[in-house]
Amino acid sequence: MVSAVMNAAEPNAVRRKAWLTTVNAWLLLLPAMVLLAAFTHYPILATLYHSFFSLSRGGEASFVGLENYAYMLEDDVFRQVLRNNIVFALATVPTSIALALLMAVWVDKKMAGRSFLRLAFFTPTVLPMIAVANIWLFFYTPDYGLLDQFLKSLGFSGHNWLGDPSTVMSCLAVMVVWKEAGFFMIFYLAALQTIPPELKEAADVEGASRWYFFRRVTLPLLMPTTLFISINALINSFKLVDQLVIMTKGGPNNASSLLLYYIYEVAFTFQDTAFAATLTVTLIAILAGVALTKFVYLDRRIHYQ
Amino acid sequence: MKFKTKALLTAGLMTAASLSASIAHAVDLTMYYPVAVGGPVTKVIDDMVQSFQKENPDIKVEAVYAGNYTDTMTKAMTAMKGGQPPQLSVLFSTDLFTLMDEKAIVPVDEIPGADKDWLNGFYPAFMENGRVDGKTWSIPFQRSTIVLYYNKEAFREAGLDPEKPPTTWAEMAEMSKKLVKKDASGNVTRWGVEIPSTGYGYWMLQALAIENGQKLMNEAGNQVSFNAPKTVEALQYWVDLSAKESVMPKGAVEWGTLRTDFLEGKTAMMWHTTGNLTAVKEGAKFDFGVAMLPAKERRGSPTGGGNFYVFKSASPEQQQAAVKFIRWMTAPERAADWSIKTGYVAVTPAAYETDVMKNYVKDFPQATVARDQLEHAVAELSVHDNGRIYKILNDAVQAAVTGTQTPQEALDSAQKQSERVLSRYK
Repeated sequence: MVSAVMNAAEPNAVRRKAWLTTVNAWLLLLPAMVLLAAFTHYPILATLYHSFFSLSRGGEASFVGLENYAYMLEDDVFRQVLRNNIVFALATVPTSIALALLMAVWVDKKMAGRSFLRLAFFTPTVLPMIAVANIWLFFYTPDYGLLDQFLKSLGFSGHNWLGDPSTVMSCLAVMVVWKEAGFFMIFYLAALQTIPPELKEAADVEGASRWYFFRRVTLPLLMPTTLFISINALINSFKLVDQLVIMTKGGPNNASSLLLYYIYEVAFTFQDTAFAATLTVTLIAILAGVALTKFVYLDRRIHYQ
Repeated sequence: MKFKTKALLTAGLMTAASLSASIAHAVDLTMYYPVAVGGPVTKVIDDMVQSFQKENPDIKVEAVYAGNYTDTMTKAMTAMKGGQPPQLSVLFSTDLFTLMDEKAIVPVDEIPGADKDWLNGFYPAFMENGRVDGKTWSIPFQRSTIVLYYNKEAFREAGLDPEKPPTTWAEMAEMSKKLVKKDASGNVTRWGVEIPSTGYGYWMLQALAIENGQKLMNEAGNQVSFNAPKTVEALQYWVDLSAKESVMPKGAVEWGTLRTDFLEGKTAMMWHTTGNLTAVKEGAKFDFGVAMLPAKERRGSPTGGGNFYVFKSASPEQQQAAVKFIRWMTAPERAADWSIKTGYVAVTPAAYETDVMKNYVKDFPQATVARDQLEHAVAELSVHDNGRIYKILNDAVQAAVTGTQTPQEALDSAQKQSERVLSRYK
């Protein structure tokens, strides 16, 4: 009898407890949710809303539907900056990841001067982008720049690196790889140190070569890190804008302009807020696509420990 | 809750405002201004503002350096949209249409204190960009024309007469060839001439077009003629200087570093704003000359530079104080002083009648070239949506000088894009 009563009461108590937990959880989430809604979700929706209106100059904006999007698709500059951005991502993401891995494996070894090497590789990362841009601006300056001085001492003639549409993108890519690789190295270094030494010992006993071990054991174990880094690097390549302001302003003739810089230009230099909203929605869609690919597709294919 | 916070904030602000008002009765003005040339311009401005405040203790001016012209316009417009506009600004004289379209500014001649005599005292060429529909919307301040700077020692070395700078396009190309210097391995160590193509490429192209007898825009600011045959010819001449004659470096020539190139002797001639004159004078270790730009069909240069604008959102007291400040800044002795310290053309003929200016010009006749060129000068390219049109034309110039497109292709594309932007204003 007693036990029956208790049994009847139990689900209620459990339900109550579950409900309290839910409330508790939402309450804990609330501050973050409010901030997210105010500073992320509302701006995104507002941007989307504004992208359907015409540019208002001192007057009322009128609803134009998808006109801004139609204009965007026909806009030569937009097409070029999108192409630039894709080229830029393809050039910087794999290179900086490969370089980061190489550096991480190198400084993971026990050897003299290891801390110094780590510091050296990491230094570019802690520099602000503006400082980096200024340093490299000096490298690339025609005639006076370090690069041209070096080439001249070898008897070559100088080159206007940032003023030539065929070289400007590569120059920026080199600089960004230099800056980013050190940052990614830190993640790889951390991941390398979580790999249990027993695996290496076992492999040694089995007589596996170092390359075989690296390919079949280390690399697969690093895959979660690689995924994380590559998503970040990809997103970074769409977020980068500071160096353009300092070095090229997107020139010559938009050869080095990237999507985010174009948005800045349209919004603030041309004061065309409606079209800037349209471009922003496009950028958000691209980045959301990248994030979705990671969560829905790639995460399932990666082996986590 | 939101309302309460707002009310509290407003109350707080009002108390603070009334407190400060009761202390000083001062009018506060914020002014944005750009710097586009070399030399300690921010210090010069600060000093001027200081002495203005000393003479007018009831007006407080906060002068904010805001980058180059484009940056300053960006900041002013962004501040306006954010509800905190400056009360006055120095902006491109050519930003007028954009500022009018945004309903951001008031005509200066409608503010008490701006009388006709004062407004008529300026050089007419400088007033052109500031007048629309019979109203004066802005007051010239740091105004310029493009001039040709040349290295007299390089001229002597090349066997040219240092007192005879080129007067025509053909002459400039010919002389440049003689001025090019190469080292033993055939690398150029000194170029003949450099015309900057970044930053203000549209300005240089406009100069070339004017010299070729072509205006780039109509007076209503809604029609451009970028792909007119004479404009194309002008750009072709520019491109040929590097592509065909090999007297100018290939690729884009930087506006910002060109002065250094000239001072280091890396180019014998440069086209640049007269606003750089004092910086060149101070930096040159050689004898240099200043000349009017060479002619094709005629002489000519667009005017350039910045004007004072008064913002609509300023209170009547602030607007009057702003006019007072502008009048002070453009008074003959200040205009003369400003011109001497920078190289900008003093905006009134009266400034050239002051003793200090007369003395200066006597020892340094180069200072009058830009002013004398005014008689050949034409209003600077000024249209609706100016920032965008400038970008389009700058892109075309860069596409052409880097060899990505032919001048015809580049300007055709610029024309097409501009027409699309300007169709809104017809």
